[in-house]
Amino acid sequence: MSGPKMKFVFPRVLTERPFHYCPGCHHGIVHRLLAEVLEELELRERAYGVASIGCACFLYYYFDIDICEAPHGRACAAATGAKRARPELAVFTYQGDGDFAAIGLNESLQAAARGERITAIMINNTVYGMTGGQLSPTTLPGQRTTTTPEGRDPRMYGYPLKVAEILAQFPGVAYCARVAVNSPRRVLEARQALRQAFLAQLEDRGFGYVEVLSACPVNWKLDPVSANKKVDELTQTFPLKIFRTWEGL
Amino acid sequence: MKTLLVKGSEAIALGALAADCRCYFGYPITPQNEIPELMARELPKRGGVFLQAESELAAVNMLLGAASTGVRAMTSSSSPGISLMAETFSYLAALELPAVIVNVSRGGPGLGGIEASQGDYFQATRGAGHGDYHFLVLSPASIQEAYELTARAFSLAEKYRQPALILTDALLGQMKEPLRLRRLRFPRYPVEDWALTGARGRPGRTLRSLFLGPGELRARNLLLQRKYQAMRREARAEILYAEGAELVVTAFGSLSRIVREAVEMAREKGYPVAFLRPITLFPFPDRPYRKLAEGGQPFLVVELNCGQMVEDVRLAVCGRSRVESLALPPSDLPAPEDIYRRIRRCLAQR
Repeated sequence: MSGPKMKFVFPRVLTERPFHYCPGCHHGIVHRLLAEVLEELELRERAYGVASIGCACFLYYYFDIDICEAPHGRACAAATGAKRARPELAVFTYQGDGDFAAIGLNESLQAAARGERITAIMINNTVYGMTGGQLSPTTLPGQRTTTTPEGRDPRMYGYPLKVAEILAQFPGVAYCARVAVNSPRRVLEARQALRQAFLAQLEDRGFGYVEVLSACPVNWKLDPVSANKKVDELTQTFPLKIFRTWEGL
Repeated sequence: MKTLLVKGSEAIALGALAADCRCYFGYPITPQNEIPELMARELPKRGGVFLQAESELAAVNMLLGAASTGVRAMTSSSSPGISLMAETFSYLAALELPAVIVNVSRGGPGLGGIEASQGDYFQATRGAGHGDYHFLVLSPASIQEAYELTARAFSLAEKYRQPALILTDALLGQMKEPLRLRRLRFPRYPVEDWALTGARGRPGRTLRSLFLGPGELRARNLLLQRKYQAMRREARAEILYAEGAELVVTAFGSLSRIVREAVEMAREKGYPVAFLRPITLFPFPDRPYRKLAEGGQPFLVVELNCGQMVEDVRLAVCGRSRVESLALPPSDLPAPEDIYRRIRRCLAQR
C-alpha cells in the first residue's frame, strides 16, 4: 500500500476511561477533537475546563486536566472568574444548548460582550439530552420533544434561538463558528474551529465560540445512522459557517 | 497608625484589602455600593481584579471561578441580591471554596426597604441554598470590628476551605466611625493541594459536587458535617457583667449597640443585667449561653426582625432558663429607653 501511513495516536489529555455516551452521540467525537487541540497547543498543564450541567457534566472523567463544575447555566461566569484571577490559564466551557442558551443565556452573552478571554463550546443537539429530550431554545419548529409532543408550535414557543448569529455581532467576540461532526470533512473543519477558538484567547484577541451541531439519537428516537444524517437537516436552520474571525487568520 | 473616618461598608472593603483580597465581583444594590466603589478605585492599583457583573447570579459564579483557583476573592450585596446567589452558595459549600461574601442586609421580605434589618439571620445561618451545609457567619457591631472581621473571614475561609459570610446591615454599613487602620496578621493557609491552577507536573484535578456512586454522597455529607463540627472552636461572643446577673440581654450586630446602652442604663439604676453578643452567628456560641443559664437567669433576645436568633438562644439554653423575645420588625430603630423598659418588665416578672 502506498500513500501516507495512518497511525492511531491516543491524546495524552484524554483518560482511558470509556465514554458513557449513548451510541451515535457526538459528544465522544467533540471530546476527542478538544483533547487533540489541547495537546497540539500544549495546553494540558494550563487548561482550566468548566463542566456544565447536562450529559457532558462528566467531562472530568475523560480529561486529565483541571476541571471545575459550575451550576446550571453559569459556566461562562465561573470561567470569567477563573480567567480574571489567573490570566495564564487557558479557560474553556463545555455546555449544551439548554445550559448556554436557555438558563445561562445572560451569562453567556455578557461574557461574550465583555470579550472575556475564554473559549466556549456549545453542543447544539436541539433538546435537553440528560433530562430525557425536552424542548430547548434550539428545538426546530415542528420538532417533537417530550414537552412538545405535537411538535414545537411557533405560536406557543416561537422560533429557534440562533446563538452563533447573535454572538457574531459582538466586537468582543474574536472567533465565532458553527460546525458539525457528521462527516469526516466536517470533523476536520470542527477541529480547526476549536483550534482557532483557543487561539482567540491565547493571542489575547477576545472571546472564542464554537457551536457544534450534534446528534442525539436516543432523544430524537432515531438509530445512530439516521440521526447522523438528520444533522444535515439542522444545517438548514443553523448554517455551518465561520461568522467572525480576525484578520490574518 | 492611620485613623480614618469611614462608613461600615468602606471599612469592610478596607478589611478585604488588608487581607490581600485579589478579586472582587459584584452588582450594584443599596445600601452597600460603597464596597464595590472602593474596590473599583483601589483593587486595580494593587494589581487586583475588580469586575462589575451583569447580576448577583453572575457575580457569585465569578467568585466561584476565582476562588477555585486558590485566589482570595469576595463579593458583596444586600438581602435581595443575596437571595439570588443562594443556589451558588450551596455549590461554594459543596466544592469547599474559601470565598468571602458580605450581606449589608436591608428590610424584607420582597423588595422590603433599605433600612436596617436583621431579617436575614435565618438565611445566613441556615444556609439559604439547597442541601445540608453551612457558611461561617461573622457579624460585626462597630466599624473597627467590620474591618477586622472581614480580614479574619478570609483567613478562616482558607483555614477550613469554606465560604465565610459577613452579616451586617444598613445601619452599620452607612454610619461613620473612626477606623484605626491596624496592621492585621491573620494567618494564610496553603491552597496548593487543592486549587485549580493548571495540571503542571501532576494529574488533572476536579472540583465537583455530583456524587452518584453508592454511598458517595453520604460520605461527602458526613465529611462536610465533620468540618462544621470542627468549626465550632471558632465560636466567639462578647460577654459583659456576667457576675451576679439576674437577667441576660442578648443581641447581635449593629442593634447590639443600642441594646448595650439600655443594659448600661439598667445597671446605673442598680439592676444586675448581663450583656451577651454573639460575634459568630455560625457557629453559634452556645457555651456562654449555656453557662449563663446554669443559674436559671432569664434571657431577653432583642432583634430587628420578627424573632429569629431567639431560636438559637432557646436551643443553647435548652430549657434551663426562660427566654423572652423582643422582636422588632424593620422600620424604626428602637431607642435605648424602649429596651430599658422591657428589661425592667422582665426583671419584675422574676
